[in-house]
Order: sequence, then C-alpha cells, then structure tokens
Amino acid sequence: MSRVDVANVTKKFGQAVALDDVSITFEDGGFFALLGPSGSGKTTLLRTIAGFYFPEAGTIRIGEQNVETVPVEKRDIGMMFQNYALFPNMSVADNVGFGLRVRKTPAAEEKRRIAEALELVQLGAMANRKPSQLSGGQRQRVALARAIVTNPRVLLLDEPLSALDKTLRVDMQIELKRIQREIGITTIFVTHDQEEALTLSDRIGILKAGRIVQAGPPREVYDRPIDAFAAGFLGEANWLPEAALSGLSLPGSPGGRRFATRPEMLSISAEAPGEGRNAVKGRLQQRVFAGAMATCLVDVAGQQWKLVARDRDIPELPGGGEVWLSWDPADTLAVPA
Amino acid sequence: MAELVTPAERRRLFTLLSPAYLWLLVAVFLPLSAMLFFSFLTDMPQDAPDWGVTLGNYAEFLTNPTYSTLLAKSLKLAVTVTFFCVLIGYPCALVLAKSIKGRSREALFLMVILPFWSNSLVRIFSWAIVLRGNGVLERAINFVLPFDVRLNLMFTTDAVVIGLVHSYLPYVILTLYLALQAVDDDLIDAARSMGASKLTILRRILLPLSLPGLLAGAVLVFVPVVGSFMEPRILGGRMGTYYGTVIEDQFVAVYNWPLGAALSFILLAVVIVILAAASPVLKRAQT
Repeated sequence: MSRVDVANVTKKFGQAVALDDVSITFEDGGFFALLGPSGSGKTTLLRTIAGFYFPEAGTIRIGEQNVETVPVEKRDIGMMFQNYALFPNMSVADNVGFGLRVRKTPAAEEKRRIAEALELVQLGAMANRKPSQLSGGQRQRVALARAIVTNPRVLLLDEPLSALDKTLRVDMQIELKRIQREIGITTIFVTHDQEEALTLSDRIGILKAGRIVQAGPPREVYDRPIDAFAAGFLGEANWLPEAALSGLSLPGSPGGRRFATRPEMLSISAEAPGEGRNAVKGRLQQRVFAGAMATCLVDVAGQQWKLVARDRDIPELPGGGEVWLSWDPADTLAVPA
Repeated sequence: MAELVTPAERRRLFTLLSPAYLWLLVAVFLPLSAMLFFSFLTDMPQDAPDWGVTLGNYAEFLTNPTYSTLLAKSLKLAVTVTFFCVLIGYPCALVLAKSIKGRSREALFLMVILPFWSNSLVRIFSWAIVLRGNGVLERAINFVLPFDVRLNLMFTTDAVVIGLVHSYLPYVILTLYLALQAVDDDLIDAARSMGASKLTILRRILLPLSLPGLLAGAVLVFVPVVGSFMEPRILGGRMGTYYGTVIEDQFVAVYNWPLGAALSFILLAVVIVILAAASPVLKRAQT
C-alpha cells in the first residue's frame, strides 16, 4: 500500500497532448475516482501511472520510488480492465494465480493465496471453471481477485463496471468498496459515470482536455464546483439567466460570475414563494413520473431547467402553466464565468 | 445448427445448398471416383482393349520398397518444411498482428502475399537462379566476405526445402495472423500488469491461444508438401525424386495411370491417417 504522487506529467501522442502538466496526489489507502468525458485523458493518466505509457515530462512516485521510467511489469501494480481481460485458456484459479506464478511463489503459498483471494470475492467454489463458464459479474470478481492477489502497491481500475448491467453494477460497486476497505489498498478508478464516482470514491478528480479541473472529496466537488464544467459534469446544473439575477440573494457580486442550482435543491409551486427564498418564474413543460421520484422540465427564460423531487412533494400543476421554482439562497452555486 | 422443423424449411435448405453440392459432385467427387476406378485397372480402357480389374497396383506399393522409401522421404520433407514455415512464420505473424499498425502493416502484408500472386513455376526458376553455383546468392556472399564461399545449394534437399518454405510460408503467416489478431490486446496488458515478461506472455498466453491457427497453418502446409513434385524436380535435380514426382512420372512420362492413381490414393490414405491420429491434439487445442 502506497501513496501515488503525480507531478507535472505531460504525455503526448504525436501532436495531440493527452496529459497537460498534470499534478495530483493519491493518498495511501484512498479510493480515488478519475472522472471526465471521453478524450479527457483519464485513461491515459491511469495507464501512465500503470506504466503502459511513459510521460514526456514530469515525475510519478509510487510510495518512495520514482517509477516514471519503470515499465509496467516491474511497477508492482494491480489492474482491472474494462472487458475483464481474463485469460480464456486458463481456469479461474490459474487466472488468479498468474501473477503469483510469474513471481515464482512457492506452490503451497500460491494455492493458499489463490483460495484467499477467491474467498474474498466470494468465488471459492468456482476455482476450476473456465472464464467462459462464468457470468459477467463473476468474471468481474475473478478479475478483481487476480488484480489484488499479489498484494500490489496500488490498484488501478479502468472502467471496470461499465460492461455490467445496472443492477449488477450497483452490487459490484458495494462489493468493490467493501473489498477495498478490507484490504486498504490505494485505488485509482477511471469512470465516466458520475454516480459511480460519487458512490465509490472518497476523492474525485475531474479531468478535461488533459488537465485536472478540480480534485477533492465528492461532497466538496459537488457542492462547490470550481467552474462551469465541473458544475455541469458532476451532477446537473440549472444556470441562472443573466436577466433573472436581479432581486435574488446571491453569494457575492454577480460581476464575472455565473450562478446555478442543482435540480434536487428546487421546489416548484404555482404561487410565488415566501420571503427568504430565491425564486424564478417559468413555464412547466413536462412532468416525468419515475416511481418514487419525478422530474419536471421547466422553461425559464428560454433555458430548460430540471427539477428532481419526490413525486409526492410536487403539487398538481397544469402542463404549460406558469410556475415558480424556488430554492434556499445557500444552495446557489457560483463559478467564475 | 438450428433444428429444422417444417418440411418447407428442409426444402429451402436443400435448394440453397444444392449448387454447392452439385459443384462438389462434378469437380471433386466424379474425378476422384474416376481415379479410384482407374487405380484398380490393369490398363487404361482406351489403350488396351483387354483391360481388367486388379489389385496389382496397390500390391506394387507393398512389394516394391522404393515407393514406401520415397513416401517416408516425402513425409520427412513435409515435416521439415512445416517446421521451418512455423519457425519463420510465427514471428512474422506476431509482428504483423501485435507490433505494426497502419500503412506499414499493409505494405508488409503485400510482401507476404506476393508469392501467391506470382506463377509458381516462375517462382521456382527464380530460386534456381538464386541458388545455383555462381548464382545470385553465392555472388552476393562472395562480394561481402573476403574468402571464397561455395554453397552448392542447387540440386540439394536444402534447395527443395527453401523453395517449398517460400511457397507455403504465406499460408502459415495468414492463419497465424488471424489467430493472433483475435487475441485481445488487453490480455497482454493484463499479463504485463501482473509482472509477466515478454517470454512468459508468449509461452502462457499467445502460444496457447494461437495454437488452433498454428495447427491449421501446419496442416495447410504439410498436406500439399507431401505430394509436391514441381519444387523437388526443378530445385532438387537428381536428389529431387520424391513420392510426388514418382506419381507425376506415372501420369506424364511412363503413362501408367492406374499405378499413379493407386499411389495417389495410398498417399491420401496416409495423410488421412496422420490427420486422424493428430485430431485429438487438434480438438484439445480448440477448447
């Protein structure tokens, strides 16, 4: 278990700059999610930490060791791939034992550690199966067992859950979090799924165009986004139109800043709300019922706003009618324009 | 295969498949049957009005040790050629499938396939020019090296092997390329992340996963080489008497078609026996 320090790392592919002077620290034992749209450089960063790519500039430290010129096979990392990447010609046990055998672990210890790892992912009974005989979720667990069985210094996950269907994914998220806590391994996790990032990690880094836009605990990044991109990428943002700003209670002066609210912070009503709340007027376009929750789409001065609330908390409103959207002034997000 | 429920489906399948079967019947089954028939005759019917049916042609193979000696020699040649094709072809296919991308891959592919497009006779005579005494190869070597080198490759078994390997190498490279191409790059990355060296990856992942392609390529080389006659004849000279050349002689020189046909069917039987013996290995490789 080690902390990972990335300092001033630049990585280019030909002319394209994939990582642009990236500096970030991954704390020992932490669960860190790298979040960003495709092409933002999150996978490149992960693979550079893994050692598949060597940076043009900058340093990478794993623990006390500078590793930026060390190839992947010598970095002592565990990695999980998007499509499991299990060896189809080997049994589950041989897949898990691959890294141990490469390290010439004594047979008895190898056997014990394979059994331990499979026990940890609750697949003890599947040791002799071939990967083709397993379900998607089981393959995922085997891939995880295989990645951690060698006690690597850091666990790198490249969108490991994106190939699973929704319910299975949630199960695996919980499972992954449990196992990560149990063995306390420093984990770096690449995803484009913001919900997954929020659920799993204790720190989030948002990337855009090869740069880290913002890094911090999920709540902090969610509640205090550093710019419009971070606000829109992690969670959804309803942007306040320039014209609507007057009369609202805002955190700081409006000059050079933009303001937004989160969909779940809003309440909707037919009449103007009372004192002490910020409110804008709009036209209700659509109300989408989704069981416990409901979404309202409201046209606010030509912009579409979104409100998410418990269905029972939303009053009956005529479609196309005039409505008020209101929120606690403390819940207003402010970012530099 | 999906189960056929209705007679209509059966009829449709039959209609769709019939051109293929008709073609197989006319192009493969009929000539082969004719040859099988010839192999039991004493003489060709159009030459000798007193032709009869006999097992003599097959008995000839058993009584005259020359044929079995030559068959053994041909089998050994096929093993040698297959071995070198795989030895040279595997690294080529590996580099093509895993190391080179884009336009340079296309260019290399062209060079691999080029022998396919040239006339085989032209190809073999080109080798003759290269390999003969004071030929292209010897001159080139003597040009570089200070001392005199005499290779004397022409009209040797080595010349036959070189010519055959060159002719059949594309089969091995193409089948292996397809097999290696199908191996997900993530598997290699995963192995590397676990600390595996290149050699370990080759031995434990690439080789096992490309084994079906390797065996398919080997069969594609082995079978035609056993019966080859052109390369041995031109490049082998006096050393170039093989089972295939003897069969050819029966048809074009001695004009003993029945014996030629019988020898051909013995070869076919031997090849089938060899492949059948190897099939458990082949089957295991596929799972």
